[in-house]
Amino acid sequence: MTDNVSPLRLPAGSAGIAALSRELAGLIVTALNLEVPAADIGPDQPLYGEGLGLDSIDILEIALVVSKQYGVQLRADSEDNERIFASLRHLAEYVNAHRTK
Amino acid sequence: MLAYRAGKPVLASQFLADVTRLGPLLGDGGHVLNVCADRYRFAVGLAAGLVGGKVSLLPSTRTPAVIAHLKGFAPDAVCLTDEDDSDVELPLVRFPDDARVARPGKASASMSVPQIDAGQRAAFVFTSGSTGAPVPHEKTFGRLRGCMRLERERLGLTPGISYAIVATVPPQHMYGFEASVLLPLSSGNALCAERPFYPADVCAVLAAAPRPRVLVTTPIHLRALLASGLAIPDTDLIVSATAPLSAQLAREIERRGATRLLEIYGSTETGSIAVRRTTESEEWRLFPGVTLEPRAEETWAHGGHVEQATRLCDVIEVLGGDRFLLHGRVADLVNIAGKRSSLGYLNHQLNSIPGVVDGAFFHGDADTGEATVTRVGACVVAPGLDAAAIAAELRRRIDPVFLPRPLLLVPSLPRTSTGKLPEEALRSLAAAEQKSSPAR
Repeated sequence: MTDNVSPLRLPAGSAGIAALSRELAGLIVTALNLEVPAADIGPDQPLYGEGLGLDSIDILEIALVVSKQYGVQLRADSEDNERIFASLRHLAEYVNAHRTK
Repeated sequence: MLAYRAGKPVLASQFLADVTRLGPLLGDGGHVLNVCADRYRFAVGLAAGLVGGKVSLLPSTRTPAVIAHLKGFAPDAVCLTDEDDSDVELPLVRFPDDARVARPGKASASMSVPQIDAGQRAAFVFTSGSTGAPVPHEKTFGRLRGCMRLERERLGLTPGISYAIVATVPPQHMYGFEASVLLPLSSGNALCAERPFYPADVCAVLAAAPRPRVLVTTPIHLRALLASGLAIPDTDLIVSATAPLSAQLAREIERRGATRLLEIYGSTETGSIAVRRTTESEEWRLFPGVTLEPRAEETWAHGGHVEQATRLCDVIEVLGGDRFLLHGRVADLVNIAGKRSSLGYLNHQLNSIPGVVDGAFFHGDADTGEATVTRVGACVVAPGLDAAAIAAELRRRIDPVFLPRPLLLVPSLPRTSTGKLPEEALRSLAAAEQKSSPAR
């Protein structure tokens, strides 16, 4: 993984990650037309399967939103891939580390 | 060249050695549920089954309820998997470690290619049926091979040239089974083992595949690929199926990929039966030998490689000769991301959940034609159950793509005095419930 230090990058675990999580929750709810209010998606709730109930079609949709909004191209062969969608917090941390806009 | 794995070529002799080695591991039973995610391993499993006289089972989904039905259908079935942990409740056969694969020695040079009888049963594919049990459809080796010969011609793949075929669809789905496994194996082309998912993966795997190369994919993946803004590596042919593409999207894809785009029409029961180049015509052209026959409101396909006369789940206008037009799906049918079900089947599953008094699925808003995915919703009367509990029960029974969005708990369904449930009344109820829900 290249360590592309970006001026947009927040220190891990900061309040900024929480804010980015909330921003992502809003984007996900809008993109997927979910019934859940964005505020109800907990930072550690699993996004896939039993948690929020998302499937791979949704994940592809989220990947698009994330690439448009933050310039992050997700890759399935990235070793972090399983973790990225484990929860909103993980997704936010990944986006924060790799964002180009 | 028979395949590429991570861009590296696999020779036919290696494939034969892998098939020979896997054969005995599949045991004495007559059926194999092949869930290998790696397309090369799937192909080895398929071929080892054929050589050993075993039938591959290709269900449309692998929920616990479907696996239980498979056990009843084929009690001797084993599950061939290349994953470390599998939740399939069948005797598991792990695909042997690649590192221990014997390199083909001199002996393999004289290894003969096994001959498979055209009448041999190669696979059972399954559709969801209208009540609980998945319905099996037999596929014989000869007819599958015949269909692939036609598909190669209709896709315009030049004989004698080896195309590298990259696919975003799984090998277990009928479309992927044909276009990404059988087509390369039976026509001298090469399959690519990967199944790229994100647009960046699709571009990377395409770029690593030698030309000429083909991308076998769906409207969902194509839309994501376009929207990603990534440069699509030049591709000699893009094939799309599972839902029709708009001419506009097709033009955009041809331009951005510097390519030709062909769409395939087919179904699990019939396999591929028609092709069109969307930028040239909205008319589909049938494979030779296949006939469409209007019967009252329905259209049936028969002849050629089609094993049994099959009612098609689309509204079809048969034109002259071998041409036809598609005018949307039959009302009861649900097709989400290439997975097919019916409102009747989904309702049956919903109403068989203990605690559900009444419940009905309904279609989401009409397709906008932009290859976005339209889900189904459901209204459920179930005092004492919450939406999460119902969703969890449904998850055991139906493929997750059909899980209702929204799942609305209501006091009663707007049934008429005769017990019928007009779709309009159901949709109005759903709209009113959504408006009044605190989520909105």
